[in-house]
Amino acid sequence: MTATEANTRAGASLVKSLLNAWSWLFLILILGFFEIYAQIETGNTFLFRIYNLQSIAVAASQILLLALGLTLVVVAGHIDLSIAFTTGFAAVAMALVVRAAGPEAGWLVVIAAMLVGILAAILVGVVNGWLVAHLDVPSFIGTLGTYGVARGAALIVAGGATVSIRSDEARAIGNGDILGFPVPVVVAAVLALVCHYILTHTKFGVHTYALGANRAAVERAGVDVKRHLMLLFIISAVTAGIGGLIYTSRFSAGAANAGEPILLYAVAAVFIGGASLTGGQGTIAGTVIGAFIIAVIQFGLVFSGLPPYWQFVAVGLVIIVAVLVDQSKHRIVGGRG
Amino acid sequence: MSALLTVDGLAKRFGGNEAVKDVSFDVHPGECVVLAGDNGAGKSTVIKMISGVYQPTAGQVYFLGNRLTGQSAEAVRRAGIETIYQDLALADNLDPGLNLYLGREKTKRVLGLPVLDRAAMRRDAVDVLRGLGIVVPDPTASVREMSGGERQAIAIARAIHWHAQLVIMDEPTAALGVPEQREVMALIERLKAKGVGIILISHNLPDIFAAGDRIVVLARGVIAGNMRPEDTNDEEIVRMMMGATL
Ligand SMILES: Nc1ncnc2c1ncn2[C@@H]1O[C@H](COP(=O)(O)OP(=O)(O)OP(=O)(O)O)[C@@H](O)[C@H]1O
Ligand SMILES: [Mg+2]
Repeated sequence: MTATEANTRAGASLVKSLLNAWSWLFLILILGFFEIYAQIETGNTFLFRIYNLQSIAVAASQILLLALGLTLVVVAGHIDLSIAFTTGFAAVAMALVVRAAGPEAGWLVVIAAMLVGILAAILVGVVNGWLVAHLDVPSFIGTLGTYGVARGAALIVAGGATVSIRSDEARAIGNGDILGFPVPVVVAAVLALVCHYILTHTKFGVHTYALGANRAAVERAGVDVKRHLMLLFIISAVTAGIGGLIYTSRFSAGAANAGEPILLYAVAAVFIGGASLTGGQGTIAGTVIGAFIIAVIQFGLVFSGLPPYWQFVAVGLVIIVAVLVDQSKHRIVGGRG
Repeated sequence: MSALLTVDGLAKRFGGNEAVKDVSFDVHPGECVVLAGDNGAGKSTVIKMISGVYQPTAGQVYFLGNRLTGQSAEAVRRAGIETIYQDLALADNLDPGLNLYLGREKTKRVLGLPVLDRAAMRRDAVDVLRGLGIVVPDPTASVREMSGGERQAIAIARAIHWHAQLVIMDEPTAALGVPEQREVMALIERLKAKGVGIILISHNLPDIFAAGDRIVVLARGVIAGNMRPEDTNDEEIVRMMMGATL
């Protein structure tokens, strides 16, 4: 290697690490922006108020409950668009069970209702997995189909309306806290750790990455790829379903469209976090940062008194930046595939 | 010396198309048999019948005296026959260690939980590759960043590490530059020195003569010639490949 070659290599690897870390830098940047804005406009701090931090963390948790399982699916080179309505389906299923048991439901019923919600979600996951793994339906189309079906099913069983419940136990779960941390945040954090463990420390995780890069390689290595895909879509459905349980518990109501506004944000969080539509890359840590970027934008815009519609514009722009960064990363690293 | 692999009267029909008819040859330990032939001659079909991807319409394959015909690709691989396909079947986004162990990863326990032992797999990969004369500059980097020859070496390392006694390679040098082609030919010599039997599919005359201990020429699904390189020449091989029999 000549000196200039070495220099270009070092330069490229510096740019590469900057591109890899851009989401962190971006998060710090927008936090700094809102802090300065708050100091100038109101003379108050944005960042150093527990209430603000809690609100951001809860918003990020909602996004994460859909985005965590989705990350695994995207790393494997697929997508799951049905998650929004899996969330709604699970939320409605749980609410119906609690309501059927009456206002004196008690813990046992709430826990049973949550299990029913999870089962409803697993059902969607099994259908997705079966379509993609066994019938070779492209996941984009297949999960778009189950998106419609799950949406319809949730609306039908809910009678087209929101299913409100009255349960102190459910409310305690949705609005309580553990050691000062809101329950939804704790749940999302635990799930994030579990998904991180799966993706980086298990055989299942390696096979997920390998699947995103070269399915034939995984098949020739003797891995049961159909079973693997099945499990991926079930994991995705379960995390989205848990999102639905949290929703019903927080708002004392199950709504068929509980996850709808979050779908875009969940997909965005995964791609901002470094995943790629072509599969084979992405991390849970990246997705967590992505979710926080969106949550900060959402809350920051409300906080600064701008019309809330701006959040759609802002999040859309961040998605485009994420895709551009991914593209230029490929260009700089070059190489095959 | 008794044969490692015996291919006996293999035939394969795809619908009305007889792609392979009555193909027989042997491979001995440490021997490289080159399968030569024009496009569509049936070379890939023959090796897929050996590696268990296709089941033959007629004929048998014996490996170390045991019948192999009818077994799955997975069972054939476990028996000690590793096939290196043209696309290498590497996961480009993983490091050499994980590629070496793909599907058979090493784990250790941390706090009672099974956790991938990436360091151990990486060490093994570096060792096996060093045995092949390849020094990986950064074993933590994904194999995407490696040269074609190095990537080929990783696929071959997988065969060695899992104690393959027969390695089948389908045009391993087709997509490579000249220096990398030489690297791969050197790897084949190393495998032979270890007593591994090799079936090499090649179009390239210099490679055929450099690596082959025996040249089997296929033309339109039948064997047009089976000879030692010292008993033949370029011209004769080409004539056979074009379908003019002896
Ligand atoms: N799965 C299949 N279904 C139907 N026909 C096939 C199949 N695989 C191979 N064939 C046919 O069998 C014949 C031999 O093909 P094969 O791939 O074995 O040739 P080859 O010698 O490997 O050629 P090349 O040098 O182009 O790789 C061809 O006519 C091909 O069209
Ligand atoms: Mg071929």
